[in-house]
Amino acid sequence: MQEIWSNIVLFSPRLLEGTLITIQLTAISLIFSLIIGLAVALGKITHNKTINRICNFYISIVRGTPLLVQLLYVYFVFPDIGISLTAFQAAIVALSINESAYLAETFRAGIKSIPKGQMEAAQAIGMDYSLAMRRIILPQAIRNVIPAIGNSAIVLIKNSSLAAVITVTELMHNGNLLAASTYQNIQIFTMVAIVYWVLHYPLSLFVDYLEKRGAAHHVTSNQH
Amino acid sequence: MLQVTSINKSFHGKEVIKGIDLSIQKGEVVVIIGPSGSGKSTFLRMMNALEFPTEGDVLLEGESILYRTVGNKKVPRKEKELSKFRAEVGMVFQGFHLFAHKTVLENIIEGPMRVRKVSKETAILEAERLLQKVGLADKRDQYPHALSGGQQQRIAIARALAMKPKILLFDEPTSALDPELVGEVLLVMKELANEGMTMAVVTHEMGFAREVGDRIIFIDQGVIVQDEPAHLFFHINNNNDRIKRFLNTISRNVV
Repeated sequence: MQEIWSNIVLFSPRLLEGTLITIQLTAISLIFSLIIGLAVALGKITHNKTINRICNFYISIVRGTPLLVQLLYVYFVFPDIGISLTAFQAAIVALSINESAYLAETFRAGIKSIPKGQMEAAQAIGMDYSLAMRRIILPQAIRNVIPAIGNSAIVLIKNSSLAAVITVTELMHNGNLLAASTYQNIQIFTMVAIVYWVLHYPLSLFVDYLEKRGAAHHVTSNQH
Repeated sequence: MLQVTSINKSFHGKEVIKGIDLSIQKGEVVVIIGPSGSGKSTFLRMMNALEFPTEGDVLLEGESILYRTVGNKKVPRKEKELSKFRAEVGMVFQGFHLFAHKTVLENIIEGPMRVRKVSKETAILEAERLLQKVGLADKRDQYPHALSGGQQQRIAIARALAMKPKILLFDEPTSALDPELVGEVLLVMKELANEGMTMAVVTHEMGFAREVGDRIIFIDQGVIVQDEPAHLFFHINNNNDRIKRFLNTISRNVV
């Protein structure tokens, strides 16, 4: 017991450093992926066939290949085409791109869930498509998909552990190093697992709360 | 005011509107009736380019809302130009379609502020006046889902009026309402008509058509069967079989 406590004290600083990097990695990637995801979703529903195809192709490639491959690709192949990134930057790029494809589908579903009449009513008072999108459709659509975005964020926290393989010093990577040098596998990987669980927990509560609230008053439920 | 010239509309090769001409004068209330599936809603929706006719044109005060002339060729208007015309043509829908994430007041000032670029203060003043007019001043800060259908539809009318449209289109404005709520909406519409608003109304409310309509248009299978001043249309001797049958069915349902 004594030994366990002294080990925890010993390992904690490295794991906490890694946790901070994990949080940064997740937060920054989430922001980028939200922006890209929304853009791709809009591209998917626009009437321009070329843009549709490009967006579908993007989603297909990103969802059809493993995140691990994407990480290695960005880190090791991009330099060959003249884009050199630090491990951290490469992880951000790969995670953002990967997550954006899933978020694009989420946003698209959210936009499609808004009754057609909302767009028509906006057009009938003289709004053009983009103004109606910004002022009428997206605010409602985004509100509806916030729980789904929360779920994506939870997945993203856990996916960020893959950045360990390209030497980003995040939680998983630091845990790995500690385990390799101390052989305290059980203790270290248990601590790592607990930290991931603790990170996900507030988000999970938040999603539950939103879903309950959403069910209580679904904004468009009484519209034809 | 508004002119529709030899308009045709097909969906996937199926002709829904087969050559309709119509001219609506300023201040006139034109009521469009006909069996369901006759194309009357599609016809109305073409008057503000929510639906694009396959052939023909729609003119607002003599100007085509669908095409612009480049040299001597007609080019379909860009979306921004269509929007400009739609701002002049108000529309009230069967399903109300109030903006669900906005309060009653926000619903009404949205168009004036974002499209007409009116200042917020002016827009609010005008919105409050309109709310007074439709009898819902106390609902100003409510959200649509908290209102009855009849109240939502009156707000939708106020929202359309806030744009100061030249003509107001009504697409079966009372068809989605519980029977006891129909009256309050018709009352507002009647008031508008009395104030000289130019209106085109698709409806099944024959009482309203008879009382408020200046002209009754009967559409069936995509063509105008009869276009007559109201008092002549409802005259006992209307000897068109199709119309007789239609009026009989309607009155049987009402009684």
